[in-house]
Amino acid sequence: MDTKCGILGQTGLQFFGRITASISHEIKNVLAVLNENAGLLQDVVLMAEKGIPLNPERLKGVAGTMGKQIQRADGIVENMNRFAHAVDENTKEIDIHETLSLLLGLTRRFADMRGVTLSPAYGNSGKFLTSNPFFLENLLWCFLDFAMGATGEDRELTIATEENEHAIRICFEGLKGLAEKDAGAFPSERESALMKALDADFTMEPVRSRIVVALPKKGFR
Amino acid sequence: MSPIKVLLVDDEEELVSTLAERLALRGIHADWTTRPEDALRRLEVCKYDVAVLDVKIPRMNGIELKKEMEKKCAHTKFIFLTGHGSEQDFREGSQEAGPEFYLVKPVNIEDLMEKINQLLGR
Repeated sequence: MDTKCGILGQTGLQFFGRITASISHEIKNVLAVLNENAGLLQDVVLMAEKGIPLNPERLKGVAGTMGKQIQRADGIVENMNRFAHAVDENTKEIDIHETLSLLLGLTRRFADMRGVTLSPAYGNSGKFLTSNPFFLENLLWCFLDFAMGATGEDRELTIATEENEHAIRICFEGLKGLAEKDAGAFPSERESALMKALDADFTMEPVRSRIVVALPKKGFR
Repeated sequence: MSPIKVLLVDDEEELVSTLAERLALRGIHADWTTRPEDALRRLEVCKYDVAVLDVKIPRMNGIELKKEMEKKCAHTKFIFLTGHGSEQDFREGSQEAGPEFYLVKPVNIEDLMEKINQLLGR
């Protein structure tokens, strides 16, 4: 796979695989919590049959936990569904804030594993561009992944957006470890291919501890 | 015979706390934590017979945690839990704990009890 299409395809599959594996892990965790709480209910019923009185407060607690986990699973599946539909259309109008929120939801577990706090610093109002949804998510994931590894000791990554007439800029800020990163390692071939496909550009700003990716409002042909 | 002491370490608080409660109902002294550094601190005040560790824990994975725990408490035996069930996790976990002591979530508590007793020769 040494053509441009090959790189994009391989990168896309790797991205899809990493995200879906993470989703499956999260769902497994929800199932594990539900399993233990269902098991606890069985335990207390067995004890009640042996004459040990049921504790209504404990039962309420178990029901509450199960309800919360069901809501959590619903959120995970909702994100998975939105992620899967990113490949439906080649080009569409995209609210970049919605896309960022989806990506942060999908990658929160990666951040947790690395001890990084993700802080969105964009408002609720939308910023729109026309692009390929899947390539865009893939590119932003690459930046997020790199930025999470460049937060230094603070381990806090802020994601902000800026807009002008022609482009939306996504800023990954708080990268106190950016200066120590190998300057030649990023962007790699995969990020370069994605940026080329999306007509995107980027700047690395070690003095301001941030990297910025600029996405044209009409970017994907 | 003194009660078996088990330490559960997993970043899912509602999983480890409920699992500890269920083990306690089966006569096991079970403590739990979601933080690997806390697990290491606990070893200074309590010698656990068995530690049940998630393979993937934030900041320090279960394999690294096992190695640190072994330095502090050589007699503790280990069981690994995983939510992934990937081949890489299986290789790492089963190499460290033995394939029979590597359990995939959701875990059947009776299986876990059996593994704990098996490890301790009871």
